[in-house]
Amino acid sequence: MKIHEYQAKEIFAGARIPVPDGEIATNPTEAYEIAERYNRPVMVKSQVHVGGRGKAGGIKYAENAEAAKVLAQKILGMDIKGLEVKKVLVTSAEDIISESYVGIILDRATKKPVIMVSPAGGVDIEEVAAKTPEKIFKLYIDPVLGLKAYQARNLAYKLYRDIGQVRKAADIIMKLYDVFWNTDASLVEINPLITNTGGEVLALDAKINIDDNGLYRQPVIAAMRDLDAEDPAEVEAREGDLSFVKLDGNIGCIVNGAGLAMATMDLVKRYGGEPANFLDIGGSSNPQKVVTAMKIILSDPKVRAILINIFGGITRCDDVANGIVAAFKQLNPTVPIVVRLTGTNEEEAHKILKSVNLPAADTLDDVVKKAIELAGVE
Amino acid sequence: MSVFINKKTKVIVQGITGRDGSFHAQQMKDYGTSVVGGVTPGKGGTTVGTIPVFNTMEEAVTKTKANTSVIYVPPAFAVDAIYEAVDAGIKTIVCVTEGVPANDMMKVYPYIKKHGVRMIGPNCPGIISPGESKVGIMPGMIVKKGNIGVVSRSGTLTYEAIWALTMEGMGQTTCIGIGGDQVIGTNFIDCLEAFQADPATKAIVMIGEIGGTDEEEAAAFIKKKVTKPVVAFIAGQTAPPGKRMGHAGAIISGGTGTAAEKITALNKVGIPVAGSPTEIPGLLKDLMKKKKTPAKKAKKATAGKKPAAKKTRAKKATKKPSGKTAKKTVVTRVTKLKKAAKKKPTKAKAKGNAGTRKPGKK
Repeated sequence: MKIHEYQAKEIFAGARIPVPDGEIATNPTEAYEIAERYNRPVMVKSQVHVGGRGKAGGIKYAENAEAAKVLAQKILGMDIKGLEVKKVLVTSAEDIISESYVGIILDRATKKPVIMVSPAGGVDIEEVAAKTPEKIFKLYIDPVLGLKAYQARNLAYKLYRDIGQVRKAADIIMKLYDVFWNTDASLVEINPLITNTGGEVLALDAKINIDDNGLYRQPVIAAMRDLDAEDPAEVEAREGDLSFVKLDGNIGCIVNGAGLAMATMDLVKRYGGEPANFLDIGGSSNPQKVVTAMKIILSDPKVRAILINIFGGITRCDDVANGIVAAFKQLNPTVPIVVRLTGTNEEEAHKILKSVNLPAADTLDDVVKKAIELAGVE
Repeated sequence: MSVFINKKTKVIVQGITGRDGSFHAQQMKDYGTSVVGGVTPGKGGTTVGTIPVFNTMEEAVTKTKANTSVIYVPPAFAVDAIYEAVDAGIKTIVCVTEGVPANDMMKVYPYIKKHGVRMIGPNCPGIISPGESKVGIMPGMIVKKGNIGVVSRSGTLTYEAIWALTMEGMGQTTCIGIGGDQVIGTNFIDCLEAFQADPATKAIVMIGEIGGTDEEEAAAFIKKKVTKPVVAFIAGQTAPPGKRMGHAGAIISGGTGTAAEKITALNKVGIPVAGSPTEIPGLLKDLMKKKKTPAKKAKKATAGKKPAAKKTRAKKATKKPSGKTAKKTVVTRVTKLKKAAKKKPTKAKAKGNAGTRKPGKK
């Protein structure tokens, strides 16, 4: 799960990582009031779940409250990489002396957290990694022993020479490491970590991604989920306990199992079609899930055909067939549907499907080709 | 033969009184697995079917002499169940539970390594050795005893591939679902190493997906240590970046973990990647036929194609030339290969010599 910069900064502040003052505004007047209260130049920062906000014009400097109002007017409602800006963070502008990067991610290959620091901060770190990898310093941490103070200090020395600033940065790295564990994060990032004219070291930006598997024990963070920032269909799918990702094509897919769902999408593409979505109904045979899945897919006006691919192992095909029939009766779909049910109780399933005259296909490749044909893809 | 489990496998089901635990305990038993007990705190002394239930793993292991456990407990308790199994002396753990926090897994992993425990999962369908044993949730009716090893990060996609093999009469030694999470106990390399060392396994199917670099590392390992034919499939070519595709580990992040990168890495070391799961048996048959023929012939078949790959092959072949010959298959093999080469140039590149078995050591 992604959270916004302002929410990540709330978590940072709670962990005593220094961040500039800032408040959230949802309209220009609020932005004006915040800036006026601060009585100093501010930054107006769009809050959307995407990188490259600055380049897209979603982060601007405002000399005074009036300018903040004008900029908030401009930024609110702006479209950044397909996402509408609904909130801006109004935060005090800092006089920046230096910018660096600090990030911690879960490294899958070593199964350890890795801390990355770079004196080249304030820019896209992936670009730094690609062009000047020597400017990135990595330290893999023993997850059982944790981060030691000397390790944090060594990393801080890669960023600063002044011992005062090294100590401050090391302290921030230690606290950031705690945030990583305490929030079940898969990524925590400060980009940039700055020094200002007052000699302070501050997290000017903040990013935290949370491991969805840890959310059950992170009620405060789970409550930070911004439903407004997500695709409504994806929200509905999550509430219905389905894994769903919206894509651009016109062939809706309902599949059991994430790997098979991906493979089905890939085959749609391979045979000349475009998948409209990824959808995994999971391992249970609950017919209601099929109904919800079909409802979500049918709400996409682009969809021209629906492909249902079930490999029944533990999942019983007849249960899924019953779900399909129920969905048919409830939703009355106007787009063609093609079904492939293989495995446990498939004969009964085929009998059930016959009652609603649904075309069934035998093999994985057949069902995909048929769906493409029915969708009328050129 | 089989890997990781066999007829001697004696299983304790952790979380046996739950809905999934009780159902799959019975399914495993019906398949012929020696399910010797179950554990649910507070339910000790009762039975599930005829399976005795214990309060603790320690008691269960002492009384039953079990060597393996399978975990069906909810995600909040799964990690504790792993520690309990390790401390009770269990040597093979299959964790089926989906939704275990990655941070917990990072802490458990060094512990299982320290105790020499083989852990499969979490978020996996488990493992099945046709005719020997099954631990987990894989459907028993789709497998068939044979000489193919299957390893996969997926569940139903694995069944699809296994079913395609079975339909073609190609049975399996062992099928392993290693799980779809970011941090898992057993990765591709562990399984490839085991299949390479298992004399009954003659060829390997590896099913990967987007996210992480496990497939790339497996490709490098195959180049160095695996002499048996390998065919791969990678799911998620159409997956958008930054989105978790069902599995916690199936996500393209920071531009890495794409299907294209994985396919390139595999092709580079001569492993054909099937375009559809249904193509796996055909590709495998081609490779296995090729493997039975003398190395010299194999060299001829791909002559002028990829000098680098040819060189490695030739070197290997001189080290330990094949004892087996299969003259009669040569003609069909060559035509088939040519046909295949047209479709997928990488296919003909796969290692072609036979008999060089170099069990991986670690």
